[in-house]
Amino acid sequence: MRPVIQVSGVRKSYGATVAVHEVSFEVNEGEIFGLIGPNGAGKTTTMECIEGLRTPDRGSIAVLGLDPFKDVYKLQDRIGVQLQQAQLQKRIKVWEAVDLWVSLYRKKASDGERLLEQLGLADKRDAWFMNLSGGQKQRLFIALALINDPEVVFLDELTTGLDPQARRAIWDLVRDIRERGKTVFLTTHLMEEAERLCDRVAVIEHGRIIDIDRPENLVNRHCPERTVVLATENPIAEERFRAIAGVETVMRTDSRFTIRGCGDDLVTEVIHCLSENGIRVTDFRTIMPNLEDVFLKLTGHSIRE
Amino acid sequence: MLRGLWKLTWLEIKIFMREPLGAFGSILIPVLVFLVVGRIMGSGRSPSSLAESNFMQTGLPVLASVLIAVNAVLSLVTIISIYREGGILKRLRATPLRPQTILSAHVIVKLLLTAATLALLVLAGKRYYPVGVHAPLFSFTIALLISTWSILSIGFLIASIVPTARFAQPIGGFIMYPMLGICGLFAPIALLPPVLRAVAKVTPLTYAVSLMEGIWRGEGWAAHVGDVAALVLVFAVCTALSAKVFRWE
Repeated sequence: MRPVIQVSGVRKSYGATVAVHEVSFEVNEGEIFGLIGPNGAGKTTTMECIEGLRTPDRGSIAVLGLDPFKDVYKLQDRIGVQLQQAQLQKRIKVWEAVDLWVSLYRKKASDGERLLEQLGLADKRDAWFMNLSGGQKQRLFIALALINDPEVVFLDELTTGLDPQARRAIWDLVRDIRERGKTVFLTTHLMEEAERLCDRVAVIEHGRIIDIDRPENLVNRHCPERTVVLATENPIAEERFRAIAGVETVMRTDSRFTIRGCGDDLVTEVIHCLSENGIRVTDFRTIMPNLEDVFLKLTGHSIRE
Repeated sequence: MLRGLWKLTWLEIKIFMREPLGAFGSILIPVLVFLVVGRIMGSGRSPSSLAESNFMQTGLPVLASVLIAVNAVLSLVTIISIYREGGILKRLRATPLRPQTILSAHVIVKLLLTAATLALLVLAGKRYYPVGVHAPLFSFTIALLISTWSILSIGFLIASIVPTARFAQPIGGFIMYPMLGICGLFAPIALLPPVLRAVAKVTPLTYAVSLMEGIWRGEGWAAHVGDVAALVLVFAVCTALSAKVFRWE
């Protein structure tokens, strides 16, 4: 796999505030790469340095082999950008925005009208930007980001403020972009979004990257704990559960047991124990840690704080 | 460099015309001032005394024209600050559009509107004005466009320092209207107190008024090379300063 984005030792400060301390990572061709972290962690600043909208104080960046600062116009021709909290002219019509964007790029691979169709905006083509809903605006920005059939697409907090349905629709769109062989670089503070969408994520906090890997690897590495919750009336159950290899704690409230332990094998071991001892259960659930827990572990606080 | 310029300019004109007060405010107000003041000053006076009145002959048409230019500047300041605050400027920048192209489109829109307003003024004048218009209109249009172009660069400078869109109109007015007061239209510059006279010497509206008055009276361009040079200098200085301090977001 060929890296399409290479970031090395990037630092950016605004006056006395250091937004990005020291950030290095690579994004490979054809993957969805997510930069995750709370608001103010330096996600947008990092992304805007890569897009050529900001100049880093230190460090080097290459996108598709280009320097985002020196070759900014060449780069803009080959990437698609969706900015956080962007607006268009209040009274610009949807088709006018698409038409303008089409005229700006050398390469005209995407059909604007078809894009609007795909994004469910065809019946809004004559509407003013100010009269679109949040989800429609966001879809229009995605359309504009895709208009030049870009090789790399940048999406900054693309589903913030959208309802769950609109969010899912947009996730499908992002997966479509990857299916067409494009690279997607996105930021999000929604762990669910990162987990469902990203092939690899980088966890950023206070302008530093703490870890980078596939979401499931991050979970396994930082949060190997597994939990099984089950309900049984069997009197010998508690004793048997405690004897399972890898089990750390067994908690009991009436007939309900919470079994905690480490490693992928825990769930199998519990099932094995149930069948071996003929223990009948009326409920059985497993609780897997997720990126939210990884974040808590890595930073010592929840991403929402 | 020109990629997108005409499309963006045309789009900005259309968007401007859709603003509820945009077209009305900047096109009709100078025309109304021109007509109403002309009517009031002209009522009850004989055509011959009107023809001799310096204000009616030159002052009022030039005042209306300067108002067009000042309106263009204030409207530019407002639009740029709204575009910046809403992230529109930033969104446009994240494309192959050059920053100069984005700003040039706005300048062209304002110059076209200035020319359109002037045309309306002349038509209204021909129909309703108590004295006939015998000015070299083509040269005067050029003079007005040069003046507007020059002071629009002050607009960019003001737009650079305005903190939010809410302050754009008041701050713009606070800077532009005093210039209007001492530009020589209301009182001859020679009669101003020395301090104001010094200020008038460095404000571009003074040169714009001098140029437009002269051309309106039928004087040649040769007599106003100094005015044009001053306006070009203002443009160069303000553009250079804006390039340093202009904020895109």
